[in-house]
Amino acid sequence: MKLNAKIPEGPLTQKWTSHKFNMKLVNPSNRRKYNVIVVGSGLAGGAAAASLAEQGYNVSCFCYQDSPRRAHSIAAQGGINASKNYQNDGDSVYRLFYDTVKGGDYRAREANVYRLAELSSDIIDQCVANGVPFAREYGGLLANRSFGGAQVSRTFYARGQTGQQLLLGTYSALSRQIGLGKVTMYNRHEMLDLVKVDNHAKGIIVRNMVTGKVTSHAADCVVIATGGYGNVFFLSTNAQGCNVTAAFRAHKQGAGFANPCYTQIHPTCIPVHGDKQSKLTLMSESLRNDGRIWVPKFAEDAAKVRDGMLDPNALSDDKRDYFLERKYPSFGNLAPRDISSRAAKEACDEGRGVASTGLGVFLDFRDAIQRDGKKAIEERYGNLFDMYQCITGDNPYVTPMMIFPAVHYTMGGLWVDYNLESTIPGMFVGGEANFSDHGANRLGASALMQGLSDGYFILPYTVGNYLGEQGVQAAGKITNEHPAFAEAENRVRARIDKLLSINGNESPRSFHKRLGNIIWEYCGMARSEEGLTTAIAKIKELRKDFWSNLRVVGESGNINPELERAGRVADFIEFGELMCRDALMREESCGGHFRIEHQTEEGEALRDDENFTFTGVWEHLGDNVEPRLHKEELIYENVKLATRSYK
Amino acid sequence: MDFTLRIWRQKDSVSRGELVEYKIHDVSEDSSFLEMLDILSENLVEDGKVPMAFDYDCREGICGMCSLTINGIPHGPENGTTACQLHMRHFNDGQTITIEPWRAKPFPVVKDLIVDRSPLDKIIQSGGFITSRAGSATDANTHLINKGTADYAMDAAACIGCGACVAACPNASAMLFTSAKVAHMNSLPQGKPEKHRRALAMVSTMDDEGFGGCTNIGECEAACPKNISLDVIAHLNRDYSIAQVKSFFKPYV
Repeated sequence: MKLNAKIPEGPLTQKWTSHKFNMKLVNPSNRRKYNVIVVGSGLAGGAAAASLAEQGYNVSCFCYQDSPRRAHSIAAQGGINASKNYQNDGDSVYRLFYDTVKGGDYRAREANVYRLAELSSDIIDQCVANGVPFAREYGGLLANRSFGGAQVSRTFYARGQTGQQLLLGTYSALSRQIGLGKVTMYNRHEMLDLVKVDNHAKGIIVRNMVTGKVTSHAADCVVIATGGYGNVFFLSTNAQGCNVTAAFRAHKQGAGFANPCYTQIHPTCIPVHGDKQSKLTLMSESLRNDGRIWVPKFAEDAAKVRDGMLDPNALSDDKRDYFLERKYPSFGNLAPRDISSRAAKEACDEGRGVASTGLGVFLDFRDAIQRDGKKAIEERYGNLFDMYQCITGDNPYVTPMMIFPAVHYTMGGLWVDYNLESTIPGMFVGGEANFSDHGANRLGASALMQGLSDGYFILPYTVGNYLGEQGVQAAGKITNEHPAFAEAENRVRARIDKLLSINGNESPRSFHKRLGNIIWEYCGMARSEEGLTTAIAKIKELRKDFWSNLRVVGESGNINPELERAGRVADFIEFGELMCRDALMREESCGGHFRIEHQTEEGEALRDDENFTFTGVWEHLGDNVEPRLHKEELIYENVKLATRSYK
Repeated sequence: MDFTLRIWRQKDSVSRGELVEYKIHDVSEDSSFLEMLDILSENLVEDGKVPMAFDYDCREGICGMCSLTINGIPHGPENGTTACQLHMRHFNDGQTITIEPWRAKPFPVVKDLIVDRSPLDKIIQSGGFITSRAGSATDANTHLINKGTADYAMDAAACIGCGACVAACPNASAMLFTSAKVAHMNSLPQGKPEKHRRALAMVSTMDDEGFGGCTNIGECEAACPKNISLDVIAHLNRDYSIAQVKSFFKPYV
């Protein structure tokens, strides 16, 4: 496996422009001869499928939900960044670029991040043209707000449902192409393997989740946009169906997996209530614009609050610790996610946590309501407050909200070059599924931006370039009659049969929960050499147990959620081991990756730029063989590496 | 809390289904309705039985995947709440709860509690979009949109496409769903050029897909987990009437 990032020559500001000019074009009348497969229908996949179809390619798009409109991009709440500088507060492409590189703790590729910042404005234009009802000011102009980790107001939003509105925008563009016959949509289909012909990605194997039929689909190239792997933790804010299977099976076929240990723990989620819980719910980070985060100053007060003996509103300010404002006065409650999450964990570790479990901190709107009035707060966050009340039964206008960090986003993913092409030629990866532009930590309102820039404005060019390079003679030549497809189909069927034939005693969900506990315990917010070594051993044991004691009820020729889950959990187990291995290798703390051996005296993350300014890319060498590490050195020509300070 | 559950079981789209009774014990009142079903599923798996299939994904009330008729009401008794956001604290200990799939002819049962809602996608494919190729957009602030209009469009656009409106309607009409999309797009300046085509095409597809007509009963609004207002139906009726008259004189609208 060779890593060539293919970063274009020239100054940072000119790279994308000159690259676009140098890329191969496909004649409009030839485009209909090419077939493209897109797996996933979220912001990246949906936008790529729609845009490639608009250009004239024949697109097949696959999703596991019953409609492309349900992809998990829909759940993003807060907003999307763009360097429009509509607020006249000093924003620029360069500042968005700089903030993103800094926010990612200097572990992202400069050229990619600059391109992302450059395209951010086009995304807003495109979304408005598609009919996304962004918030407006009374004069009719677009409204903005500030968001975690930024000191300018560059976030565009549609109430607390920005992801929904953006996704419905791409869904409508995709639907138009489906209606026109340019996209063939396969709902309730799950990708179970990648097919290579002469080392190029030429198709996929899918299982129809209604009939259980396993089929082959061939194309001239494949785009993977299947989202992140947060569900390796069992409890996360991801949708129940989110999984690593498509990405991991592609990894097994030779695609390098980059930085799997970079996971983001989001600071503002509703605390866990019990062991039967299936998911964690995020409260938008935008709440931190007006809410103040605190815990009782003294552990004995916290204990009383936990037991319901003390009303938190009765605690005066001198008995409260607004710990983010205290530790990071210039960013205060808007400190980046990794830093805020860790600070909350520390407060709870000191016994000052609230909620019945002691794993919670307050997010209090008392002062904002006094300052702006209840109506203004309701206007800004009404739906979020309603959602909180619906889940917890508490009224946040009266009792302060309680929040705790939860797994939310994964910065790691399949390695891609500047063209978003993986180490397998002809396989492109977009959105959260790639290792992307966020380095070791993602800033708020950047995920939507990245998904859409990949889908609308990057893949349509770079996929075209690849197809142009292959030449029109090759277009549509490989069909699913090729023996490579039959071979892959057999592989997939054998695995399904195996899962069904173990006949043990433990359900897939139970294995998933056990895996999640290991990963959260040892590869969560604080990691250590000892813990990670233990985790790897435990996961190996779990894997053995899984393949000998799994019980999958039902059959394969029908809707079978147990079978679907079993396949996904099998991949999560193997992937979890890789994740711990990566965390063990990275002997530094950066962004969302915190190794307790590497911290400053004040407990802040301590990077090791001399030895770890690289992207760690893993190559799969076999089922029971240790993976091989490759390094892509990160070269910073424009940004000076500095200690991230939000004080 | 303990419950008696009567759940619709149906092997596939052609088999006959029936309500099957299950008992469940020790459910936390903080559990969501779907978490309660997870527990039942795990119990059934433990006994070697095949658990019921039901749709779900985000479990935070936004993807629109969950689709349960609970005690005869789509998404259950709480106003403005999807089944995944419904918590057991809203039920009484010892209560009997009946769980069925969406009941509507255009939504055939696929298995147990899962139905096929692809006709809703077809309605969108026929006109629920604004034609705007990637790369062709003007600056986002070119069209000034007053706050009231933007808010109105957003209220309509909040639809999650779950189909509860269809399941609640005695006519199995998809008027609330279709109107919400039309009201969202037709009220925005970007959506105006296709306003008439959109209304005609979407209503025509709705009819073709076998949805019933609207007779202003209002069950849809009551069942909608996002509280989409009946006003959007008035909006569609107005735009549709104008479009019909115009298309009579100028067939190219």
